[in-house]
Amino acid sequence: MSSTSHADTAAAAQDGAPAPASRRRRGVRRLSVRDRVVVGVLLGIPLLLDLAFVWFPAIGTALLSFTKWNGVGSLHTQTCKPNVPSILNNGCWYGVQNYHQAATIYPEFWPAVRHNLIWLAVFVLIATPLGMLFAVLIDRGIRGSRMYQSILFLPVMLSLALVGIIWEFMYSQNYGLINTVLGRTSDSNAIDWLGNPHLNLWSVLVEATWRQSGYVMVLYLAGLKAVDPTLREAALMDGANAWQTFWRVIFPVMKPINIVVMVVTVIESLRAFDLVYITNKGINGLELLSVLVTSNIVGETQRVGFGSALGVVLLVISLVPISVFLYQTFRREEAS
Amino acid sequence: MTTEALTRPGKAAAPSAPGRRRTRPWGQVASQAFLIVASVLWLLPIAFALYVAVRPYSDTRKYGYVSMPHHLTLKNFSDAWTQSDMLHFFWNSVMITVPAVVIVLALASGVAFVLSRVDVKFNVALLILFTAGNLLPQQVIITPLYRLYLKITLPHFVSDSGLMYNSIFGLIAINVAFQLGFCVFVLSNYMKSVPEEMYEAALVDGASLWTRFWRLTIPLCRPALAALATLLTTWIYNDFFWAITLMSSGDKRPVTSALANLQGQFVSNQNLIAAAAMIAAVPTLVVYILLQKQFIAGLSLGASKG
Repeated sequence: MSSTSHADTAAAAQDGAPAPASRRRRGVRRLSVRDRVVVGVLLGIPLLLDLAFVWFPAIGTALLSFTKWNGVGSLHTQTCKPNVPSILNNGCWYGVQNYHQAATIYPEFWPAVRHNLIWLAVFVLIATPLGMLFAVLIDRGIRGSRMYQSILFLPVMLSLALVGIIWEFMYSQNYGLINTVLGRTSDSNAIDWLGNPHLNLWSVLVEATWRQSGYVMVLYLAGLKAVDPTLREAALMDGANAWQTFWRVIFPVMKPINIVVMVVTVIESLRAFDLVYITNKGINGLELLSVLVTSNIVGETQRVGFGSALGVVLLVISLVPISVFLYQTFRREEAS
Repeated sequence: MTTEALTRPGKAAAPSAPGRRRTRPWGQVASQAFLIVASVLWLLPIAFALYVAVRPYSDTRKYGYVSMPHHLTLKNFSDAWTQSDMLHFFWNSVMITVPAVVIVLALASGVAFVLSRVDVKFNVALLILFTAGNLLPQQVIITPLYRLYLKITLPHFVSDSGLMYNSIFGLIAINVAFQLGFCVFVLSNYMKSVPEEMYEAALVDGASLWTRFWRLTIPLCRPALAALATLLTTWIYNDFFWAITLMSSGDKRPVTSALANLQGQFVSNQNLIAAAAMIAAVPTLVVYILLQKQFIAGLSLGASKG
């Protein structure tokens, strides 16, 4: 990026005019050799790290998803031969077969997609509005708002693994608080909150919501405090009630925060892993795409290509909120 | 904008806006009631786990978790501490978290400074590259990363496995690389709020780029760095996924992911699990009590873009 040859230094000396792109930033060509070395080091090392450990693997996932590979031996570009024992068909080009298999014959795939969608829906329809409601009530400065904020925020500090363990005492079949309150603790009528495959996703989602809404609350509190108070006053002067003021005036001006919350909501529901893993390793009703990706690469049978295809599904979905966020955030930057 | 967001959290809702106070009394009562109920529900799971942790196994076995306290004891904590070798796991966490936080902040401030103060042609593109990298779900990159970690060999004084895989060094590297994006994003926004005149004055004094970075920019960014350090310490300490996937042996794992093993080890004594969980929560609770404002300020900085 910043070569430090003498020819460039000479060119830099001639280049007296400020860089046309931006008056605030100093063009790299106007810098001394030493300064350019500094720029190279400050930018180069982190860039290499980011490319090597984040972007190279991200592209790798996309490429590997078209191969059939068990992780042993080398990859090559030959097409996989049909009707050959899989031991001879390793490291070969598999086309879209991984995707096809995932969608047709992999029994966990569609349940996992469904569970991820339910997770997202609960975050969008329950955790986010709840967090927003907390923020609005606390922002009104009612008595004890500091204390409420601290309490509702507490779960955000805890790791999801810890959240999973803490809630196991609430959900425990014979001893748990919930079953005791419901009077369902005997072996015959106990509710198996975390074991019953029709129930456990919802139980885990209660845990996830318990943590997520505190997170959303903090984000909205930051947003609400940045809203110009005169806007609210003007709306009230015009005879709007609190409900109208919030939805017609405050909510629209919080657009940047709304987008951040949207990104956090979608990404967190795609990343969801720790809670189900600590609960039962993500089986028996708690399958998620993230769990399937992981079990296909660190499990007993290594299906690198297949696991990558599942990773690409996650990647494609996550690109939607990421693009919206980047567009919203950097559009003004490009313009200015 | 960003600096305001940093100083404002904490000072909850100053009654500056006269309109805000004009809520009807029943609205106040309903809000209070709702928040009290929510607060109780929010504290309940933690309080309940703590209650289980301070009761002897014999008591909960006999009377159930939901019962009057016949005996209260701290023995579960000491038993969990010694039997599971928690000191060792805490040490692993420290060995990963401290270097990772320091390195992320050092690298991210450098990138943020260059991207916000030097025209390197692709400033916005590079900023997008870093920011987007942090937004990817970890599972998108784990498959090639896992293969990569098995391929990269390290000298034995760095990693006794001889590989990136299953080494503390490897975990530091991925935590650094993955958190870089967020920090670059936050810090570059923060640095853009430093007035240009300060740099012009420094230039007149003949300050080199390094001086402008290290002597001028970094001291000004102290509040943002403190907020980010708090946030990162908690996030990296709380990391579960990288340690579960990139470390095979349980004894090298940090405490958060070691909890999964402890669950198996103490499966017959839930009270010990509760105690171990509470011990593992202590560092984050210390941050919560002492540095809550910093933590919230960090989140707000990430969310509000000036």
